[in-house]
Amino acid sequence: MKSTTTKLLSGNEAIAWGAHDYGVKVAAAYPGTPSTEILENIARFDDVYAEWAPNEKVALEVAIGACLGGVRTLASMKHVGLNVAADPFFTASYIGVNGGLVIISADDPGMHSSQNEQDNRHYALAAKVPMLEPGDSQEAYEFIGQALEMSEQYDTPVLFRVTTRVSHSKGLVERKAKRIKHLREPGFVKNPPKYVMVPNFARQRHEYVEQRMARLHELSETTPINRIEWGRREVGIVTSGVAYQYARDARPRASFLKLGLTHPLPENLIQEFAEGVKKLFVVEELDPYLEDQIKALGIPVLGKERFPICGELSPEIVKQGLSGKKRKKTDSPTNVPPRPPALCPGCPHSASFYTMKKLKLNVMGDIGCYTLSVAPPLETMDSTLCMGASIGMAHGLDKALGEDPESRSVAVLGDSTFLHSGITSLMNIAYNRGNSTTVILDNRTTAMTGFQEHAATGRTLQGVETPEVDFEALGKALGIDSVRTVDPYKLKDLEKALKEEVEAPHSSLIIARRDCLLLKRGERKTPKTVDPEKCVGCNLCLLTGCPALSQTSDGKAQIDSVICNGCPICEQICKLDAIIDLS
Amino acid sequence: MKAQDIFLAGVGGQGILLAGEILCIVFMEAGLDVKKSEVHGMAQRGGSVTSHVRCGRKVFSPLIPEGQADVLMGFEALEALRWVDFLKEDGVLLVNRQKINPTTVTSGRMEYPSRIYDVLKKRHPKTRIVDGLKLARKAGDARTVNSVLVGAISREVNIPEEMWKRAISKRIPEKFVDVNLHAFELGRGR
Repeated sequence: MKSTTTKLLSGNEAIAWGAHDYGVKVAAAYPGTPSTEILENIARFDDVYAEWAPNEKVALEVAIGACLGGVRTLASMKHVGLNVAADPFFTASYIGVNGGLVIISADDPGMHSSQNEQDNRHYALAAKVPMLEPGDSQEAYEFIGQALEMSEQYDTPVLFRVTTRVSHSKGLVERKAKRIKHLREPGFVKNPPKYVMVPNFARQRHEYVEQRMARLHELSETTPINRIEWGRREVGIVTSGVAYQYARDARPRASFLKLGLTHPLPENLIQEFAEGVKKLFVVEELDPYLEDQIKALGIPVLGKERFPICGELSPEIVKQGLSGKKRKKTDSPTNVPPRPPALCPGCPHSASFYTMKKLKLNVMGDIGCYTLSVAPPLETMDSTLCMGASIGMAHGLDKALGEDPESRSVAVLGDSTFLHSGITSLMNIAYNRGNSTTVILDNRTTAMTGFQEHAATGRTLQGVETPEVDFEALGKALGIDSVRTVDPYKLKDLEKALKEEVEAPHSSLIIARRDCLLLKRGERKTPKTVDPEKCVGCNLCLLTGCPALSQTSDGKAQIDSVICNGCPICEQICKLDAIIDLS
Repeated sequence: MKAQDIFLAGVGGQGILLAGEILCIVFMEAGLDVKKSEVHGMAQRGGSVTSHVRCGRKVFSPLIPEGQADVLMGFEALEALRWVDFLKEDGVLLVNRQKINPTTVTSGRMEYPSRIYDVLKKRHPKTRIVDGLKLARKAGDARTVNSVLVGAISREVNIPEEMWKRAISKRIPEKFVDVNLHAFELGRGR
């Protein structure tokens, strides 16, 4: 990459540049919106080792191991990824670091692309680690440097919390001239009382953690990233992250306490600020994290009675909350049909879900593009909880319903999700003599987050060729009774496999394998068209939910040749051979 | 140049994020502070896509407050309608003459609203319909609709034409630069 001093960068790109310029040597992550581009951008630097780990727990463990080797490291993940990595995260707080360790949690208020909107600031409190919250790209860049220094100086992992509007907003970033040289020499020094957390050693380390947090408390009072901006004294606003930007726009002349280090909080500074203003507000997204702690100091403050807990904030919401008045709405357009995201034309997943719907299966689903099959007309997915949950849930459902013929359930998940956290659950089915059927929709990429490599694609994040996980052999090795592979474009084969395996009294794994269409954008096939002489308007083909298919005014099917990818799904569904190649 | 808030709305795949990027480069090179916000991930799979572009002496919020955008660039008619509340009353509305049915319409569950352009014109007198798709095809590639619209907005902003062209040349892959510059010129009009 070219390096100039001022750049237009997203928060995620700024974090990547910060990691590079402040000397990070090893970085690991599992992709997840809104965090994905952090590692993708770090991977472009020749002097940083970056990898996709199969999940966030492994990513964090890799980063912790590397930091014990004395180098600066980083692990990044979306908010729910930190749940997966919570186990190493909590005890990493005890063992501390050698080289600097930063853990990035990218939260998604508003759930643009997530299954919940948990507020990960609580993790900093619970695990007793310091937390930094940048509010724009420039801060994202600089705070990475401060986080790494803080980590080394206080012997602690640092939680670095961003949100979608920081990660995916671009702004101007003033960069340092060049990458700093990290002063510590790489090397591992044995130190069991610090690194081996048996109860006896862990008890001592817990004492250390409490002392460390007391020292960080002092830092919080004096660090310039917690600053008061005095304006008019009628209104004072305590805020952090992107909420600061909204509040600055809404009340440019008010006084602000802008917090960058949000755990531990600067109690004296908050006290001083509160005493200096007439009316005190806390403007924060999601939970009353700052508010509750400020109230616990005995300081009266206006917070969640004015600002919502649910959803992301916006400039309007902040303005209305501060003034207590609702803005008069203009005559908004009505009856605007929503444009929800949908599976792409020709997506092999459509064929799989069309068939599962036809067989009336209970589908325990998972996290990925295929979650979109919950929307009409497919409406096939019956549960989505968290990464990898489909397999355990299908097993549980089957155990609950026993031999009930109604219990025709399958677990459905993608290749990347299976590698993330499906393997142990599949082993559990085999071990506990379950008879559930698991379907891996193997499109050979991590599609939803933008086509990242994984352990079964044959290539690493930094482009090195590598062995591919063999799903068939793995299923057998775990003890699954029947393992078979089908091409989802062959609808009859797929239906036969699903029907037989769901009815069979044994455990099964079906691998429905076909590359994601977007991976091969260049190889577009001849689009299809409908022969109006043959089409009787039964609309069976429309049940695939393909965006290229719609109805004409006389009720017959039609295909939009601009977006049709020429796949063979709808032509196999049509009983009258009315779908043909566009000549 | 004064502060500008520009709201871009369209359908995933229309090149909205790239158009927003070009606006940012132009404003940045004109010496302004600039911020841009958009959403990636699940929302992008053929869904409604928006980008907020803000510039000025100093920009705080990356999101444009509702009813405050100086310009709304609608890459598709229904999307212009969906996001029209972001445009201030006397703001400029550039809307591409193109209709892309959402799945809620193709499935027959809802109807694509009729007379969108009339509704928009009535609400915002400064509405201009741009024949984006037609001009893009004339330029030589239907995928250059975004450059046509960048051309159209370049007339509304007091920045020399050369700077726009430089931003396009900088940001677009070399082999597509000429066709996009042509599309830009057609959108800008002579």
